[in-house]
Amino acid sequence: MNVTVKYFAVCHEMLDRSEEEMELPEGATVNTILKRLEEEWPEIAEFYEVMQMSVNWEYATENTELVEGDEVALIPPVTGGCDV
Amino acid sequence: MFKITTEVITGEEVREAVEGPDAGAVVLFFGTVRNNTGGRPVKCLEYEAYPPMAEKKMAEIAQEIADKWGIHRVAMVHRVGKLEIGEVSVAVGVASPHRKDGFEACKYAMDRLKQIVPIWKREVWADGETEWVKPDAVYFDALKPRKTDPQTD
Repeated sequence: MNVTVKYFAVCHEMLDRSEEEMELPEGATVNTILKRLEEEWPEIAEFYEVMQMSVNWEYATENTELVEGDEVALIPPVTGGCDV
Repeated sequence: MFKITTEVITGEEVREAVEGPDAGAVVLFFGTVRNNTGGRPVKCLEYEAYPPMAEKKMAEIAQEIADKWGIHRVAMVHRVGKLEIGEVSVAVGVASPHRKDGFEACKYAMDRLKQIVPIWKREVWADGETEWVKPDAVYFDALKPRKTDPQTD
């Protein structure tokens, strides 16, 4: 199956791309994506602890199962607004 | 109105989005770009968002406010892109029958926005360096596990 994966802010910079299509095996979870990114960029694993993931605009866990066409995003700690 | 925009945010649009005959108070909050962070001079700020999810999360915050205070007139707008010193980056509007609930709900909306709405800020320092802002400890902790009540500044 194919899913879209989006990268924002520090992830966008680290991976040097803002989104990509990924072909995943049936039964894949968010964790499948995280492991694949870790192979490409081992340092990204350090960020996983503070990062959240979303599937179809809703916060998800690494165990969330994916289906064809899902939109997954890596969400670094959010810092919108002011006065942070 | 729950909106991510590249346009200048005006108070009038936010007030108009929430005003109504049952309101006895309209509370407006604007976050603006400050010229320094912790004393270090800032040249400008750059905001990035995940617009569809950000607008969905803003609507969820408004639903939380409806559940807590029975207030149904809430608007949230966040600007993205490069913002100069003094410009409005975020606005929250709440119209309520009485001012006390309006003030509380407005603060709640802003606190929650900083916790769950996917928007990121990068500081462009006066010396030319850039840096993605890391959340302070309170919000950092709030990330895992996610809490349902907002932390205060």
